[in-house]
Amino acid sequence: MLAILYKEISGFFSSLVAYITIAAFLVVTGLFLWVFPESSILDYGYAGLDSFFNISPYIFMFLIPAITMRSLAEERKDGTFELLVTRPVTDWDILLGKFFASLVIVILTLLPTLVYYVTVYQLGVVKGNVDTGAVIGSYIGLILLGSAFVSIGLFASSLGKNQIIAFTIAVFLCFIWFSGFDSFSQVLSLRRLDSFLVVIGINQHYQSISRGVLDTRDLIYFLSLDAIFLLFTKTVLGARKW
Amino acid sequence: MSISVTNLSKDYGLQKAVNGISFEAAAGKVLGFLGPNGAGKSTTMKILTCFIPQTSGTVKVCGFDVNDNPMEVKQNIGYLPEHNPLYLEMYVKEALGFICDIHHIADKQNRINEVIEMTGLTGEQFKKIGALSKGYRQRVGLAQAILPDPQVLILDEPTSGLDPNQVVGIRSLIKQLGKTKTVILSTHIMQEVEAVCDQVIIINKGQIVADDELGILRKKYQGKSLEDIFIELTNVN
Repeated sequence: MLAILYKEISGFFSSLVAYITIAAFLVVTGLFLWVFPESSILDYGYAGLDSFFNISPYIFMFLIPAITMRSLAEERKDGTFELLVTRPVTDWDILLGKFFASLVIVILTLLPTLVYYVTVYQLGVVKGNVDTGAVIGSYIGLILLGSAFVSIGLFASSLGKNQIIAFTIAVFLCFIWFSGFDSFSQVLSLRRLDSFLVVIGINQHYQSISRGVLDTRDLIYFLSLDAIFLLFTKTVLGARKW
Repeated sequence: MSISVTNLSKDYGLQKAVNGISFEAAAGKVLGFLGPNGAGKSTTMKILTCFIPQTSGTVKVCGFDVNDNPMEVKQNIGYLPEHNPLYLEMYVKEALGFICDIHHIADKQNRINEVIEMTGLTGEQFKKIGALSKGYRQRVGLAQAILPDPQVLILDEPTSGLDPNQVVGIRSLIKQLGKTKTVILSTHIMQEVEAVCDQVIIINKGQIVADDELGILRKKYQGKSLEDIFIELTNVN
């Protein structure tokens, strides 16, 4: 698994994917946080990173499928998938290697944003007047949310040989899981299911972790979401043997 | 026997790609796998390398069953698939290093250098695979296959698309490897079989129509050329 993890990460860095992802994420969040008047900290007046943590899931919704879309689709298209599975590795080795490689890129994308925290920390009227607990919680929430999007993206990438289709399906699924279930719960005829639908969605768990309270239920929710989509992906990969 | 195949069948829906074939291959020999397009050569090779499962029959490689012990089978096989898929964005040494990592080869650098020399890649070792010509890519594929020093080599049309000089180079390499290992190679080129193979299996419509040592096969057909034998055996409708 480590060989595949290492190969994927070096692939991300040699093909510009990593740099462009990190740069795009920083530029967009930077604009929202410091420039655009509606969400800018400077105009808002509160020393908090709320707008960053609110906008990030939506950027991840597009960026993470872009990172994961080629991981399995391209291997299948180029036939290198055959090369990989006829080596002494299991499907899980391949899958987990790719999963953690994409997750590493997500974490690397988040690392430079710690600068935002330092800035806001300095800007507080009493220096350091920031809800640090909530920030730590939100970062953990973002990483967990990223891991869920990565496993959704890998699943979409396993479905076919076309990267564009993989990307589109991944964005769609990420959107449905992040805010779709929330919105469904508002539908009048689904009112009786609303608490159930909200719990399936990512948003509520993300918000709950963002408050700085790391509840085991939320943690288990994210880990099981990862596991479920990885299991789906494993099933799709195993389908060649049916 | 390092490879033994018994009653192997593979169905794709209603179509029988491989229909009850049995053969054996021993170390120290190069086995030529011949047949017209769609005869089931590649399918058989894919089953041998655990890429797809068979419908029925048993396949053993170095004593390990492909269904029960796929990891052991894969450890003992070097495989060059048809069309030679490669990671084009990787450097030659990087790709070989990746294969070393997968196989947990201890003395990575030495083994890579050794294989690069064997396959004549010395001049191209610092290039990206995508920048190489077809012949050199084929050598990279072959280098990847022999890197972990496997007991069994399975080569699906290893010389397709190469120029005559390269063909000669690859053939002599295969012949040299075949002295100690079991090599199965599929091809359409009869001269290639005559140049490198010790044993020949001709397969047509999923069934074996000839399985003999090259010399014996010639004797059986009273000195006819291999090409004529091939046409005679596979052109019957």
